[in-house]
Amino acid sequence: MFDDLRDLYQEVIFDHNRNPRNFRVMENASRQVEGFNPLCGDRLTLFLKMEGDKIIDASFQGSGCAISTASVSLMTEIVKGKTEAEAETLFKQFHEMTTGKEEDIDLEAIGKLAVLAGVREYPARVKCATLAWHTLDAALKNEEESISTE
Amino acid sequence: MTTFPVDKIRADFPILKEKIRNKPLVYLDNAATCQKPQTVIDSISHLYSHEYANVHRGVHTLSIKATDRYEGAREKIKDFINAASTKEIIFVRGATEAINLVTQTFGKANINKDDEIIITAMEHHSNIVPWQMLCEETGAILKVAPINLQGELIYPEFEKLINNKTKLISVVHMSNALGTVNPVKKIIAAAKAKNIPVLLDGAQAIPHLSVDVQALDCDFYVFSGHKLYAPSGIGVLYGKQALLEAMPPYQGGGDMIRKVTFEETEYNTLPYKFEAGTPSIADVVGLGAAIDYLTEIGMDNIAAYEAELLCYATEKAQHVKGLKIIGEATDKGAILSFVLDKIHPHDIGTMLDSLGIAVRAGHHCAMPVMDFFEVPATARASFAMYNTKQEIDVLIDGIEQLIEVFG
Repeated sequence: MFDDLRDLYQEVIFDHNRNPRNFRVMENASRQVEGFNPLCGDRLTLFLKMEGDKIIDASFQGSGCAISTASVSLMTEIVKGKTEAEAETLFKQFHEMTTGKEEDIDLEAIGKLAVLAGVREYPARVKCATLAWHTLDAALKNEEESISTE
Repeated sequence: MTTFPVDKIRADFPILKEKIRNKPLVYLDNAATCQKPQTVIDSISHLYSHEYANVHRGVHTLSIKATDRYEGAREKIKDFINAASTKEIIFVRGATEAINLVTQTFGKANINKDDEIIITAMEHHSNIVPWQMLCEETGAILKVAPINLQGELIYPEFEKLINNKTKLISVVHMSNALGTVNPVKKIIAAAKAKNIPVLLDGAQAIPHLSVDVQALDCDFYVFSGHKLYAPSGIGVLYGKQALLEAMPPYQGGGDMIRKVTFEETEYNTLPYKFEAGTPSIADVVGLGAAIDYLTEIGMDNIAAYEAELLCYATEKAQHVKGLKIIGEATDKGAILSFVLDKIHPHDIGTMLDSLGIAVRAGHHCAMPVMDFFEVPATARASFAMYNTKQEIDVLIDGIEQLIEVFG
């Protein structure tokens, strides 16, 4: 049962869905942006604390499917300590991994995020995985309005 | 009632033999769109292969044949919903276009600043947005009758909204998100007492129950072909003749005119006044074939069988731990909208798909309904006459398995 789905729903995803990391409101966040996927109703608020151009803390609130929750949870872990430029590079690589061709992916750079590579085979679910990153992108560009995947 | 011939019906739908991810297809997304029987597919192929030309134009044989088929379908639809005349059957692209037609013609001619339009809180976006657009343009006010936690219209609250500013009541006959069947007879009687026209959005109702527009005494009834086992891209606006006569035309063009000069144009008679341009001829013929097919089975037999399916599915779903049914109206069509504790509908949708089960996961084009129930989305299994109790067993089994996987 669900054997076909092993690539999409890996154990790490279930783990992050059950116990999302950095799931909290951040007091005194330097950036706070809302992300919304009107297709499925996923909604999240991303909080960043910046020191110069470095992300020193990241957290989120909101509700979504397992893919989107795991994606934002993993993202908040990985971007901590990264500079804006490094985070943007990760976003590009993540985007490439979830939408692009397999051979273009630098698995080493993407690290743990590779568990989300499976969404590539499920076009209806790509946006679930990328919502977090689009929201981060907006936060880094300091766009205050809420962003939407549509 | 003799036993419903579901096996025979299933054999008429070629797509039901498809395998999805190597599993037999269990198609439970009928509220989004229904599959097509072979007879509908054949009717289109036959038209294009043997009888196709433009309608209402030429004197040549093919044009006459195509026109006969096209107008023959209009006759079938008239009988199917018991309209008084084929003049009252207007072909449009679907229920959405039908509502937009009414807002742009009847609405603009009759609804002015501070006038009120009443809808309900369970409407599909297609029966919300066109009215909002009209209100924005005219300064009219949209009033929304509330629903209760079972997903039923709170009738006394609805009745309170009716006043002498009310210019139209537009309500869904059966909700696509909840399955609720509205007390339309009562609604229409209350409206008639004050001479207020009523539009019924029948997109969801028409494949599931028999509709008699004269018995209902509604002023407009709209539906789409694709939910009625017919092709997509075709739908019907029924309107009472006197209302349609008084309404200005919708789009201008060929077929909707009687005489054109550069100084002035004389419009065609009903129903052609509202049918500018070459219509979707083959889709109309397909709709006619679908109606023949349904008439042979009998809408009352279909309604009884689907009620049995819904009862079976509801009973089974109630025993699934953590499952909450959204929409528990007493009068309800065969729709099971539900949420699972801590599992997002989108995950439910993907997981069930891997078992060959097609359900809808999302807001069902009814975001205000989702807001009311405080859920971002629901999973929805919607049944049609070709579904079986065994398929419901597969669905419930799938739900139980995915709950286990999510832990």
